[in-house]
Amino acid sequence: MIILYCPGTSSEQAGKTSSCQGCPNQNLCASGATKAPDPAIEEIAVKMLSVKHKILVLSGKGGVGKSTFSAHLAHALAGDSNKEVALLDVDICGPSIPRIMGVEGEQVHQSGSGWSPVYVEDNLAVMSIGFLLSSPDDAVIWRGPKKNGMIKQFLRDVDWGDLDYLVVDTPPGTSDEHLSIVQYLSSAHIDGAVIITTPQEVSLQDVRKEIRFCRKVKLPIIGVVENMSGFVCPKCKNTSEIFPSTTGGAERMCEEMNLTLLGRIPLDPRIGKSCDEGKSFLAEFPESPAALAYRSVVQNTCLHTLRHVPTHTETRAYTH
Amino acid sequence: MVGILDVDLCGPSIPRMLGVGRQEVHQCDSGWVPVYTDAQKSLALMSIGFLLEDPDEAVVWRGPKKTALIGQFVSDVAWGELDVLLVDTPPGTSDEHLAVLENLKKQHKVDGAILVTTPQAVSTGDVRREITFCKKTGLSILGIVENMSGFVCPHCSECSNIFSKGGGEELAKLTGSIYLGAVPLDPLLCTSIEEGKDFIQTFPDSATFSAINIIAQTLLTCLQNS
Repeated sequence: MIILYCPGTSSEQAGKTSSCQGCPNQNLCASGATKAPDPAIEEIAVKMLSVKHKILVLSGKGGVGKSTFSAHLAHALAGDSNKEVALLDVDICGPSIPRIMGVEGEQVHQSGSGWSPVYVEDNLAVMSIGFLLSSPDDAVIWRGPKKNGMIKQFLRDVDWGDLDYLVVDTPPGTSDEHLSIVQYLSSAHIDGAVIITTPQEVSLQDVRKEIRFCRKVKLPIIGVVENMSGFVCPKCKNTSEIFPSTTGGAERMCEEMNLTLLGRIPLDPRIGKSCDEGKSFLAEFPESPAALAYRSVVQNTCLHTLRHVPTHTETRAYTH
Repeated sequence: MVGILDVDLCGPSIPRMLGVGRQEVHQCDSGWVPVYTDAQKSLALMSIGFLLEDPDEAVVWRGPKKTALIGQFVSDVAWGELDVLLVDTPPGTSDEHLAVLENLKKQHKVDGAILVTTPQAVSTGDVRREITFCKKTGLSILGIVENMSGFVCPHCSECSNIFSKGGGEELAKLTGSIYLGAVPLDPLLCTSIEEGKDFIQTFPDSATFSAINIIAQTLLTCLQNS
């Protein structure tokens, strides 16, 4: 049987457990070279003192609408002009956020206080590797360690300023990017994760793994969003379940796993179109059923974050 | 004789989709025995999904460990004689993609890659980068498939382009790649996959099957000619 859990490069067990057998880094870990704590973790903790709420957007499955949701969560939060909001894109290989936010092709500048993010609105900032690539054809063909280094820089070196909300969009999976985000924020406080799924079991199967990951690294789960939940034909107004739930959808999964269902968002062709055009779907079609569903989900998400007032002595999350 | 190697280690969907969710992998003298979907052994599978005791368990691995297992999947599975080995990958241009390509190239000729996109620009935007990955690693591009391309309402037959339309074809033109075709959204395909049923046997008249079949035939012709 394969044991699936890497004990962590900085743990006492690093390089020594049976699951370390065959790992190319085994000797390095066993030598103790990896156990020294990364000073960046404390540097990031200091940086994050000026960020009130941090929300990760996760999914086990690709293509379920994480980036779309992250972007619209950021737009909705920034709808209150008294709030300062930032969106950090840590999908290093597939950075979609610049396009979805309508700032593709913008450049990042450096100053004495660090990298300046790109501003979509006065109170809405974005950072993505997409801004560091000179061409839309550029591929980021990086292995894990290099991706981790980039994420560290995003957290430590971007001059976010004082923020009410930092939303972090992630790629699908439970690997380097996810471990790094949790590790580097381990001395800061993460409010929690919003997990996106579609109704099908094939998606839920992967999302259950994501939930297990969150529990393993002690990352609180704010709740689950069921995206692409039904489609209303614009002509005949009948509803079709294009991605049918054969095992009870997110609702049953949330009941079984004791999680909050933050809401269901239906399919709407105008969502994809807005994203392609870099516009906020919520601003373009505010009365649509999907926009109303988004707002309800955002409200439920905010309620959770407001229940928790962070302090800088907050319990540390699992370090890995 | 066809094999599917699933190198999506964090999200292995192939076992469930082909109706072989709870199988075990056994060893023989020549290595790991793949899981067969039928007694005729016409379709052989390997996935980390078969190695999980608990199907909900998360595979929380960094790059090096993923690379090591993928190397084993390529070299230690006793595939036997295969006409085609398909490799299903996760999204991205990272450890899994580099690992499977490097390991396959050591012992095999790699015919090329099929790139799957949905029609929207947000999707083709990432696939452009995947095309660059292929070019940089010397991997031929067999063609581009535009998936989830339109939905025909079963009630009134109105076609809705839920995820836009035409982006895959445009991308093929832009990058000088072959456009293999468009596959429409089909809830019947989704349901079949959910239940691990053979969609082609159950719904042979569907437009989706017809679209996939045309793409498969084009690919087979291309492979035979090369």
